[in-house]
Amino acid sequence: MGWLAQDDERFFPYPFLRGSNVKFGIVVSEGPYTHQASDTAYNFAKSALEAGHEVPRVFFYHDGVNVGTRLSIPPQDERNIQQQWSALGSEHGIDLVICIAAAQRRGLLDEKEASRQGKDANNIAEGFRISGLGQLIEMGIQTDRLMTFGD
Amino acid sequence: MSEDIKKFLYVNRKAPYGTIYALESLEVVLIGAAFDQDVSLAFLDDGVFQLTKGQDTKEIGVKNFSPTFRALGDYEVTKLFVERESLDERGLSADDLQDIVWEDEDDDYAEKPSIRIISRAEMADIMADQDVILSF
Amino acid sequence: MATLHTVNKSPFATGALLSCIAHAKDGDTVLMIEDGVYGASSGTNVSDALTARAGSVTLCVLGPDFAARGLATDRMLDGIKSVDYAGFVELAASNDRTQAWL
Repeated sequence: MGWLAQDDERFFPYPFLRGSNVKFGIVVSEGPYTHQASDTAYNFAKSALEAGHEVPRVFFYHDGVNVGTRLSIPPQDERNIQQQWSALGSEHGIDLVICIAAAQRRGLLDEKEASRQGKDANNIAEGFRISGLGQLIEMGIQTDRLMTFGD
Repeated sequence: MSEDIKKFLYVNRKAPYGTIYALESLEVVLIGAAFDQDVSLAFLDDGVFQLTKGQDTKEIGVKNFSPTFRALGDYEVTKLFVERESLDERGLSADDLQDIVWEDEDDDYAEKPSIRIISRAEMADIMADQDVILSF
Repeated sequence: MATLHTVNKSPFATGALLSCIAHAKDGDTVLMIEDGVYGASSGTNVSDALTARAGSVTLCVLGPDFAARGLATDRMLDGIKSVDYAGFVELAASNDRTQAWL
C-alpha cells in the first residue's frame, strides 16, 4: 500500500479508495443461526469487496463449518447464510474453505470424503471445499489482515 | 530472518474442556509449525488455566491434551508468554503451571524454559509486535 | 503501527472489553461489535474504564449492531464514534493488524 502520501488529496484524490487493495483473510468460527459471527463476517466481506479490497479466502472453523451444508432450510423470510456465502464466493472468486477436522466431527462431508469414509451421503454446498488447517496458516501468511469472527 | 516470515501470535484467553477452543488452538499451533513462521503463544485471562499441572480428564470422557504443551519444543515452538496479572487474579502462581522446556541445539541441547511469565504491559507490547494474531 | 481490536461480548457477561482496553496501546482503535455494543452506553459500570482510555485509544461502535439492539444514540458514551460496515472495513485496512477479543 501507499507508494506516496495517500493522505494528501493532491496526490490521491479519491479518499474512498484510500488503503485500497488490502487482502483480507476471514475466519468464521461460530455456527450459523446461533451466533451472529457468520452474519458479521458476511457483512464485512461484502463491504470490503464493495470498497475495492480483496477477500481471497474465508476459513470456516469450529461450528462455523456448519455454514457450508447445502441441506439447511431456513424459513423463507430469513436470510439463507449458506446461499449468501455461495453467491458472494462465486461472484468474487472467494475460496470458501471448511476445516476438515472440524467438519468430520460435525458430519460435513464432500463426495470424495463420504465415499472414502463409507458414508451414504454428502452435504457440501456449492462453492465450498473441505481442506486442512494449513489453509488457515497459509491465509495468515498470504493476506494483509486476518479478521476473526467467532465466540 | 527472511522477509516472508511473519510473526504469528496465538492468543489463548479461554479455559480448557468447557469449550473446544483451547484444544483447537493447540492443533493449529502444531499444524502451523510446519510453515516455519515466527510463532509465539500468549496465555491471559482464563487462558492461563490451560497450562496448570494435574489435569485429569478420565471421568469426563474427554482427552487430556495438557501433556501436548510439553511437546511443543519438538516443534520449535518455544515462546509461551503467560500474563502475571491473570495468574494473580485467579490465585495461581508459576508453581501451579507445568514445567515446559525446549532443547536449545545451539547450546549443547540445554533444556530451557518455554514459559515466560510477563506483566500485562509486556503482554501488550508483544501483541503490538505481531503480523498475524489468531484468537481463540 | 497500530491495531484494530474488536470486542463482540457484552461487558456485563465477560471480561473481554476490560481486558481489551487494558492491553490496547495508545493510538490503537477498539471497535465494539455484536453484543460488544452494550459497552458503549453511558452510565454503566464499565463507562469509567472506557472514558479513562478515550484520550489515547479511539473507541468505536458498529452502528448497525447498536441500532439493532435498540440502544439510544443520545445515551452513547461521549467520544465514541459510530461506524457502519464500510467504516469497519476502513478501520481494518488502515490499521496494521487486527485482534479479535472473543
